Amino acid sequence: MIIGTIVDGIVIDHIPAGRGMDLYKDLGLDKLECEVAVITNAESGKYGRKDILKVNEVIDLNYDMLGYIDPHITVNIIRQGERMEKLHPHLPETITGVIRCKNPRCITSIEQELPHVFRLTDREHGVYRCIYCDTKSGKK
Amino acid sequence: MKRDLIDITDLSVREIDELIATAEDIIAYPEEYREKCRYKKLATLFYEPSTRTRLSFESAMYELGGQVLGFSEAQSSSAAKGESVADTARTVSCFADIIAMRHPKEGAPLVASTKASVPVINAGDGGHHHPTQTLTDLLTIKREKGRLGDLVVGCCGDLKFGRTVHSLIGAMSRYDNVRFTLISPEELRVPESVRSELLEREGISFRETTSLEEAMPELDILYMTRVQRERFFNEDDYVRLKDSYILTPEKLRTAKPDLAILHPLPRVNEISIAVDDDPRACYFRQVLNGKFIRMALILKLLEVE
Repeated sequence: MIIGTIVDGIVIDHIPAGRGMDLYKDLGLDKLECEVAVITNAESGKYGRKDILKVNEVIDLNYDMLGYIDPHITVNIIRQGERMEKLHPHLPETITGVIRCKNPRCITSIEQELPHVFRLTDREHGVYRCIYCDTKSGKK
Repeated sequence: MKRDLIDITDLSVREIDELIATAEDIIAYPEEYREKCRYKKLATLFYEPSTRTRLSFESAMYELGGQVLGFSEAQSSSAAKGESVADTARTVSCFADIIAMRHPKEGAPLVASTKASVPVINAGDGGHHHPTQTLTDLLTIKREKGRLGDLVVGCCGDLKFGRTVHSLIGAMSRYDNVRFTLISPEELRVPESVRSELLEREGISFRETTSLEEAMPELDILYMTRVQRERFFNEDDYVRLKDSYILTPEKLRTAKPDLAILHPLPRVNEISIAVDDDPRACYFRQVLNGKFIRMALILKLLEVE
């Protein structure tokens, strides 16, 4: 399968297999007008299978979301056909507006326009908890 | 910058010790505190019913010479019209110097604290935090035992859903040489989050048992909670286990003579009334301590010398 070479754009690599389409929507790539390629089940020496997103434009990304989904994801910034930067999102200390608290007893279930904020409570296991009710987030 | 109390961990061990010292001073010299909060107002925003906590806060403020305003159910507030917690907090900040809030939704006092311009005290948010109960428990243990370290603390009953137990474990674990004996039916053991993110991660000494009788002789503190019928998957298990966790004079026969028995109350049947006259039963003294520690907390948050 041949996907056109990117001149100026972004390659989001090492996405856990099966998560590429979700990330495509969560990052709002479905709303872009430029070319976007979603590659699923690509072979990976490290992980066996992986998904890849290629965006034919340099855009701002939500690195908190990428770090939350998997800190092993890499982001390559391509300019004039050359990889200019390779970025590794980290597990953010807090994430806002990325995941929603599903606890029906949480104040977020009734309070208008209250942002859903999660805080990293266990870096080793990547555990995030709602700052209001301490409910553990379900992995996206 | 204003201070709030949402979770007991908002306070350092030193600050907790200072609050306990202030409460003990209030108990020793109550007349010196009678005018400390003159012209100050406490707003009690109680979105659900409460006997002890609301009256304890109100009594605390009156004893400091202050005044109290507020509501004791959501239906008598603008919440009934759909007002948000954030807007209510901003509004009440215009009328009161400090807020005590109880709300059925977890995290509501945290939301209030981010919008209020005055200190906010969490007076219980659903099954989540209840820091002034924990302060009450700590003051009671300090007064009964003379210390907060070098203790074997038994927690008995519903350790899965009992928020007071989780907070007490978190608070007591910050003192030296505290060991926990966790006494509960299998179904109601402490949740995995408390075990992995508190007890094990912090290296706190604890053991679990299903037998109150077996644990009794080693305990310095016995913190009782209620085993509720609705927590069991089937009626047979409840019937089989319910009496195991009812404290009676017979079960106390092997207890230490200076054991301190605590309970956050309300009690239903988990402590026999026959235990009430035992000098080791502290739960009504605990209620009184709740008023004194809330007085100390109000003084601290209002920065009254």
